[in-house]
Amino acid sequence: MKVSSSLKVALRSLKVNKMRSFLTMLGIIIGVGAVIVMVAIGAGARAMIAEQIAGMGSNLIMVLPGATTAGGVRMGGGTGSNLTSDDARLIQEGCSAVKAVAPIWGSATQVVYGNQNWNTAVTGVPPAFFEIRNWTLTAGRIFNEQEMNGAVKVAVIGKTVVENLFGTEDPLGQVIRIKKIPFTVIGVLSPKGQSSYGQDQDDVVYIPLTTAQKRVFGSNLPNRVRMILVQAADVSLLGEAEKQIEEVLSQRHRQQVGQLPDFTVRNLTEIMATAEQSAKVMSLLLGSIALVSLVVGGIGIMNIMLVSVTERTREIGIRMAVGARSRDILFQFLTESVVMSLVGGLIGMGLGILGAEITAYFTGWNILISTWALILSFSFAAGVGIFFGYYPAYKASRLNPIDALRYE
Amino acid sequence: MDALIRVEDLCKTYEVGDIRIPALNGINLSIGAGELVAIMGSSGSGKSTFMNVLGCLDVPTRGRYYLEGREVGSLNRDALARLRNEKIGFVFQGFNLLARTSALENVELPLIYGPLPAKERRRLAGEALQAVGLAGREDHHPNQLSGGQQQRVAIARALVNRPSIILADEPTGNLDTQTSREIMELLTRLNQEKGITIILVTHEPDIAQYCRRIIRFRDGKVLADRLQGDRSGQGPKGTEVEGEV
Repeated sequence: MKVSSSLKVALRSLKVNKMRSFLTMLGIIIGVGAVIVMVAIGAGARAMIAEQIAGMGSNLIMVLPGATTAGGVRMGGGTGSNLTSDDARLIQEGCSAVKAVAPIWGSATQVVYGNQNWNTAVTGVPPAFFEIRNWTLTAGRIFNEQEMNGAVKVAVIGKTVVENLFGTEDPLGQVIRIKKIPFTVIGVLSPKGQSSYGQDQDDVVYIPLTTAQKRVFGSNLPNRVRMILVQAADVSLLGEAEKQIEEVLSQRHRQQVGQLPDFTVRNLTEIMATAEQSAKVMSLLLGSIALVSLVVGGIGIMNIMLVSVTERTREIGIRMAVGARSRDILFQFLTESVVMSLVGGLIGMGLGILGAEITAYFTGWNILISTWALILSFSFAAGVGIFFGYYPAYKASRLNPIDALRYE
Repeated sequence: MDALIRVEDLCKTYEVGDIRIPALNGINLSIGAGELVAIMGSSGSGKSTFMNVLGCLDVPTRGRYYLEGREVGSLNRDALARLRNEKIGFVFQGFNLLARTSALENVELPLIYGPLPAKERRRLAGEALQAVGLAGREDHHPNQLSGGQQQRVAIARALVNRPSIILADEPTGNLDTQTSREIMELLTRLNQEKGITIILVTHEPDIAQYCRRIIRFRDGKVLADRLQGDRSGQGPKGTEVEGEV
C-alpha cells in the first residue's frame, strides 16, 4: 500500500469522526501550546536578565567600604567611611586589569523645580560613570572633565525625575534646586526601566562627583565616596582585577596580614549570572511541566486509538480479507495517530504563539518565542503520536482475519 | 492440467481450553477451473471452516491445500494476504462493505493493496461496478443502497482484482427471493462469461440448484459430492428453471 493511499485512508477516517479526532488532538494542542508559552516566558525572563546585565555595564566590580565598628558592634559592609576618590585614582593607576573607575558619592535628597518637588537619589559621579554603566542620553550631554574638576553645578537626570518635575516641559537648560543649590539640567538619560530587584533605575539625578563632595553632601572625610565602580578590561580579567584592587587597597590602607580588610570587593557579573541561572532553572521547570501535559495528550491518543481499533475490528477484517498485509493495517492506524498529533502540534504551535503574545500583552512580561522551542515541541508531538499510536496499531495488525470478520 | 483447487486429507482442529474440536476431518477434494460449486450442510458441518481455508484466511492443522498447484498450508501471513489479494474474491452473507465509503471506493479496496496507480484503480473499479449493473451508483454509500445492490457492490469488489476464485459464503442469506435470484443470476453469468470459479456455501436448495456440482458436508467430512444434470444456460433464465424445480 502506498503512503499516499494510506494517508488518504487515515484522513478519511479522521474526518468521519470529526468530534472525536478533535478532542483527541486537544490533548496535543494544549500540550504543545503550553510548552511554547512556558518556554517563551522562561526565555523572555532570561533575555531580560541578560539585557539588564548589559544595561548595568559589563565586567563590573563594586568596591565598598568595610564595616564600621561602634562600641564593639560591627555594622554591615559598606557602612565604613574610609573610601575616597584617591583610592579610585590609585586603582585606576595601579591595576593593569582595570579599564575604568567611577567613584560615587551621594544620597537620597529632595529636588525642586518651580513649585514641584521630588525625592530622588542624587549621586555624584565622574564622566566615566556613564560609559561604565553603558548609559546613553536621549537629550543634551553629560558633563565633562573640566566641569567635574571645576565642581560646576550641572545635572543629568533620569526619565522618572523628568516626568515628576517637568511633566511635558523640556527640562534642558532649566534650573533645579538640590539642597537649595541651583543646578542646570544639561542632559536627560535614556530610560533603563526596572532593575532585576524592582528598583526604578530612571529615578536618578547625576551631578559631578566633586560638586557632590564639595557643595552638596559634605563629609568630615574629604573626598569620601560611597563606593567605587570598577570596569575590568575584559570579562576574563575580572578575577585578576579583583585581586589587583585588593592588593592596591590593602597597601594603601596599611592592612596587616591576617587583619580583616576594611573594604569589600564584589563582582556584579557573578550576581547576575546567579540570577540568570535561576531563570534558566525556572524555564526548565515550566517546560517540563508542559511536557508532562504533552505526554498526557499522547495517552489520550492511545486511548482513542485503542477504542477505534476495537470499533473498527470488522473493517480491519474486511481489509485483511481483500489482501491487506499486517504492515498495511499497522501503517494505516499509525498514520492516523501521527496525523492527529502532527495536526494537533501545528494547531498547538499557532495557539502557543498566540497565547504567548496574549500573556505578554496582559502581564507586560518579556516573552521570547524561540525557533528551537517550536521545533522541539512539534517533533515531540510527532514522537508522542508514533510512540502512543504504535501499540493500538500493532494490536490491529495482529488481529486474526476470521475473528475480525465475525466481530459484532 | 492440475486442478485449480486440490485438498488432501485436510484437517482443522480448534482448541478451546483443553477441549479439541475437530471442524474438518480429512477432506479430499479437487475443484477445476471454471466450476460453479455449491457447498451445503447443516451448521457445524465444517463448511465455513472449509471456506476459510480455501480463502486463505485460515491454515489447516493437517493435510495439504494446493491452489493452482501451489501448496498454501505453509505460507506466512503476508504471503496469504497476497494470495487473497490476487487470486481470491470474497462475497459475504452480511455484505461487509465499509460504511461511510462510496460504492466505488469499496470496490477499489482490494486494489489499493496492489501495485496499480490510483487512476487505473478507479477505472477498474468503475468497470467492475458496470459489470454488476451498478453503473451510475459509484458515489452512493452502502446505506443508500438496497440489500441486493450492496451485495452487487460486494461482488464487484470480489471481481475487481480478476481473481481465479470467488468464494461466496451464503451470498443470498440476507436477501429476499427475488433479489436472491438476481444475485445468483449475476454469479452464474460471471461464471459462464468470465470463467471465474465460484464456490458458494448455502442452506437453500433453490440456490444450490444454480450450481452444477453440489458438495454436502457433515461432521467435518464430505458426505456427498454429485454433479447435477447439465443445466448450464438455465441459470440466467431463472424463471424457466423455477418451473421445473
